[in-house]
Amino acid sequence: MRGSQVNQQDIIARSATKVPSPQVRSGNVERVTKLIDVTRCIGCKACQVACSEWNDLRDEVGECVGVYDNPLDLTPDSWQVMRFNEFEDEQGNLEWLIRKDNCMHCADPGCLAACPAPGAIVQYANGIVDFNSEHCIGCGYCVTGCPFDVPRISEVDGKSYKCTLCSDRVFNGLEPACVKSCPTGSIMFGTREDMLDLADTRTDFLKSRGHENAGIYNPEGVDGTHVIYVLKHADRPQLYNDLPENPSISPMVSTWKGVAKPLASAAIGLAALTGFFHYVAAGPNEHGEEDEQAVRDDEAREREREHSQREEQP
Amino acid sequence: MSLAKTDPSLQRYSLWNRLNHWLVAISFVLLVLSGLPFFHPFFWSLTGLFGGPTMTRILHPWIGLFMAVMFVILAISFFRESLMRRHDIQWLKQIRDVLSNRADKLPPVGKNNAGQKLVYWIMLGSIALLLITGFLIWQPVVGQAVPITLRRLASMGHAYVAFLAIITLIIHIYSGIWVKGSFQAMVRGRVSKAWARHHHSLWYEEEMEKERKYRNITMRNPDPTGEEPS
Repeated sequence: MRGSQVNQQDIIARSATKVPSPQVRSGNVERVTKLIDVTRCIGCKACQVACSEWNDLRDEVGECVGVYDNPLDLTPDSWQVMRFNEFEDEQGNLEWLIRKDNCMHCADPGCLAACPAPGAIVQYANGIVDFNSEHCIGCGYCVTGCPFDVPRISEVDGKSYKCTLCSDRVFNGLEPACVKSCPTGSIMFGTREDMLDLADTRTDFLKSRGHENAGIYNPEGVDGTHVIYVLKHADRPQLYNDLPENPSISPMVSTWKGVAKPLASAAIGLAALTGFFHYVAAGPNEHGEEDEQAVRDDEAREREREHSQREEQP
Repeated sequence: MSLAKTDPSLQRYSLWNRLNHWLVAISFVLLVLSGLPFFHPFFWSLTGLFGGPTMTRILHPWIGLFMAVMFVILAISFFRESLMRRHDIQWLKQIRDVLSNRADKLPPVGKNNAGQKLVYWIMLGSIALLLITGFLIWQPVVGQAVPITLRRLASMGHAYVAFLAIITLIIHIYSGIWVKGSFQAMVRGRVSKAWARHHHSLWYEEEMEKERKYRNITMRNPDPTGEEPS
């Protein structure tokens, strides 16, 4: 398993770029996937700590508001948070559903589609969607494009940040920091194929234990994600802190960023050209000698009228 | 304001209207240049005009805010003369005659023709929408607080309304080049009587009427210096 190259020659998608991206070194690069088995998570938040540790992120220490979620939401300095949800099933059993929330690394990333800055968001051949923050302009379009509400804009530098899937670690053949730290083996990392196999095994196991709705969360609407979940209630992902049931890039975003824009750009050029050709064909719109003459006649008539008026007066 | 020797006789736009118009025009062009890079990457190099991509993102909303304020003032002073009248509809129906310079076939036109009035109303609508949608996606000032669906709608709307406004702007600028004398009218504020008679005959009549009344008054109350009213 190989990760992204530091010299960026394995880029399969690049924001605001209409020409092919450098991708010569994407041959035989296998797609990677992080598998989060929610059923084995104990909510210890070791992954959160490891994430801050490895990425040198130090979020502001907040306040406890009476729930386990801490911090309460993703921030520019907290690229993942554990979401705690209490759920009472049909038999009246209380279940504590804990989901590690972070960037899903969509195969068809909405952030990348929406981003106007060339190269600020890239997707490597291994599937990782990375923010190249040096090129980020802080417009917030990635937030608009994301179906999972993941990117956050920093108030300090105005740049957008999110989980990198530890692209720097993966590049060096290491697993992401959260995976490394998980004490229960709830977070796993490997090739996409291996992880989908493993997820199947886990789903079968859960089903054999009577959890018939167990399944994999790997939404089709974004061509699958490079972060997948094994859920006990795969039929109702919204139980896990509103995990979207069928996420896709919003039609508003695709209408906004789709084929209409190059057409509109061409129309702008064409409008200017049409003006020029109109001038070539029809010529200037100007008044002529007849107007000058008419004005002189008007004025002469006027003087005559005033003259006769003056004579009438005593 | 002092008049140049070459300035023609009829006043069409006051000094304040002209300054106001050009402040709107300059900021509008700056907005187009700073907005297009975010519209399509084809225009990305335009960010170089504004000190880089991030600076372009920062400046664009402020220029927009300035233009909106200036446009409100302009829209108020041009409101009455931009109201659509019956003869304007006829003028629009004969748009082919307009484009072929067949002025003799056209119905008489007031201070503004239907095309100018349309530019007024399209710009009024677009700028209002651009202001609202732009405000909703303004980073970091407002953006974060706006619900995501509204932001998506606003982003999409801003792009499409901007497209409409840019096309209108191109038509507007071209009209100024095509109709000889109109660019000068907005720069120096003055047009010749022949120009007025040709392009805006009803307005020409009105202006002549005003002149006639003025002369009548001066005739009845002759200037104490004894000079002939000019």
